[in-house]
Amino acid sequence: MPRPTVRYARDVAVVAFAQSDHLRRTDELSEVEMVMPVLHQVLAQTGLKAGEIGFTCSGSSDYLAGRAFSFTMTLDGVGAWPPISESHVEMDGAWALYEAWVKIQTGEADTALVYSYGKSSPGSVRDVLTRQLDPYYLAPLWPDSVALAALQAQALIDAGETDEPALAAIGARSRAAAEANPHAQLSGSVPQGDYQVRPLRTGDCPPIGDGAAAVILAAGDTARRLCARPAWITGIDHRIEAHALGLRDLTDSPSTRIAAERAGVFEAPLDTAELHAPFSSQEVVLRKVLGLGDGVAVNPSGGALAANPVMAAGLIRIGEAAARIHRGESDRAVAHATSGPCLQQNLVAVLEGDPA
Amino acid sequence: MTAPASPPEVLRAPLVVEFPFTRSLGPVQSAFLTGLREGVVLGVKTSDGTVMVPPVEYDPRTAEEIRELVEVAATGTVTTWAWNGRPRPNQPLDTPFAWVLVKLDGADTALLHALDAPGPESVRTGMRVRVRWAAERTGAITDIACFEPHDGPAAGQAAPHDGNFAEPVTGIVAEARLDYSYSPGRAQTAYISGLSEQKTIGERCPSCHKVYVPPRGACPTCGVATTDQVEVGPAGTVTTYCIVNIKARNLDIEVPYVYAHIALDGAGLALHGRIGGIPYDEVRMGLRVEPVWTEGGRYPDHYRPTGEPDADYDAYKELI
Repeated sequence: MPRPTVRYARDVAVVAFAQSDHLRRTDELSEVEMVMPVLHQVLAQTGLKAGEIGFTCSGSSDYLAGRAFSFTMTLDGVGAWPPISESHVEMDGAWALYEAWVKIQTGEADTALVYSYGKSSPGSVRDVLTRQLDPYYLAPLWPDSVALAALQAQALIDAGETDEPALAAIGARSRAAAEANPHAQLSGSVPQGDYQVRPLRTGDCPPIGDGAAAVILAAGDTARRLCARPAWITGIDHRIEAHALGLRDLTDSPSTRIAAERAGVFEAPLDTAELHAPFSSQEVVLRKVLGLGDGVAVNPSGGALAANPVMAAGLIRIGEAAARIHRGESDRAVAHATSGPCLQQNLVAVLEGDPA
Repeated sequence: MTAPASPPEVLRAPLVVEFPFTRSLGPVQSAFLTGLREGVVLGVKTSDGTVMVPPVEYDPRTAEEIRELVEVAATGTVTTWAWNGRPRPNQPLDTPFAWVLVKLDGADTALLHALDAPGPESVRTGMRVRVRWAAERTGAITDIACFEPHDGPAAGQAAPHDGNFAEPVTGIVAEARLDYSYSPGRAQTAYISGLSEQKTIGERCPSCHKVYVPPRGACPTCGVATTDQVEVGPAGTVTTYCIVNIKARNLDIEVPYVYAHIALDGAGLALHGRIGGIPYDEVRMGLRVEPVWTEGGRYPDHYRPTGEPDADYDAYKELI
């Protein structure tokens, strides 16, 4: 039986995925209380116990909830005693998945638990995210995440690559698709609303909310044992742009293009794309760079316009793409995650199922 | 879907995070920010002749060190913009304005800032603008108060500049304040609410039966929720302690005093608290103590000896 070409030392697959319901507020839950059910679900899918996992890696940001070292608290939900092999990235969980994938490639682990979460509700996430900007030239001006995305949107409109009705259609399509996603925060017919920062309206922007996600990775025969149809990671790569926005062509995403080439996106047709585009205008850039035609189902989960738990939304893209392969709804999918303003950093993964 | 209503007993309180980071500047950023203070805009020129404003210290393409400073004009052209109808706290203007990327005359890259304009219909990509300087300048990006519309042709090329100024700015203080509304979640809310009735509420792990005080909602050994609430104490045993000899700022406690780990009766781990009512050099492992509450206090002010005989070492050695 032929199987997808894997270009790495070991065959590694996503074998399980779980996510929380994404909600505007979760005051009744601490971070560990929010994360723990998701960890239990993803472990239950494989039958593994926490102590049987070879490596655990998480992604989150203390700035969201305003709590120092908050990831150490969520480790309580993993069962970190007796001691486990563990790491953390102060980034979206997609990058935690990358670290776990590297760990498995080195042969130091056969399985990995990857999880990430974001509780944006305690603060004002638009203002909080300004603190990730360059502290000399940008942060003192407090340009919020919507403002920076709006500059990119206007650049795309000026370049003739989109217009406001086309952007509205992206939001509407995403939220219509999310009707089939019980975890989504926004679904169905959602009004496009007023300008937040022109040209972006409320409908072009992601909902603000709390949520968590988890994935289990496994290598080779372990993956085959744990999952009827593993979602093999046949390519994965991540790249970053120069930090200064004024140095970049905001209508393009060279980092995504290079990551996609390295991950093998262009080597065979795709049927599914889960794109982390928190703003409608960013989907325009990503579709162009990834060369996605009409035959590709883009964000059948609803994408980040339906639920955008900061630090988890990128991992969810990988999880959603993998889950479609698990269910037999996809044979070759691309998953994309982003971090930072205006598609600053981009991770691209190609996931493939064994041919029937 | 809609969020379930928060139980009314879940606590919530304002939480302010403030950080005045002091940051030093390298030679390029120092020259740029000092230049702003003096009303001069500097950029850097890369080896291929590209002029970058604001300046960077290393070429983002080649990673080559860049130190060749040039002066550019205080006029420029908008390369993209976004109308901000509702300015947020700390942003450059408190009236509606446009965010703009501006390519200053003589520069090849764009600077982010605010544009003061009457409305979105008066702004377009390609419009000409000029710097409006802040009345008081300190050597910061905010020395540019904003941009304003400007009818005038493009100024000339970037001119060489030695970057030397009297009293150069060598650092900035990056002040920030973020306001949160903190909620401790279900388990810690139950603990804090119990304290207000002078009760200490722990939670028992349904799997290993250990009682966590204070509870955080999960058993870190078993990785499961600890939903079974149990009252522990009020008395407990000192498992270990230290003598504090340094007076903390804003803390009205005379030194030396004793800070101890205290295993409350029924708890599976020790919490910490101050020991009072006994000379500091008479505190010992195994000392039996009980909490002392002050009028209106929401947690024990300190613990004092109960007068019971000391606990056997074997009774608490697992909890040290």
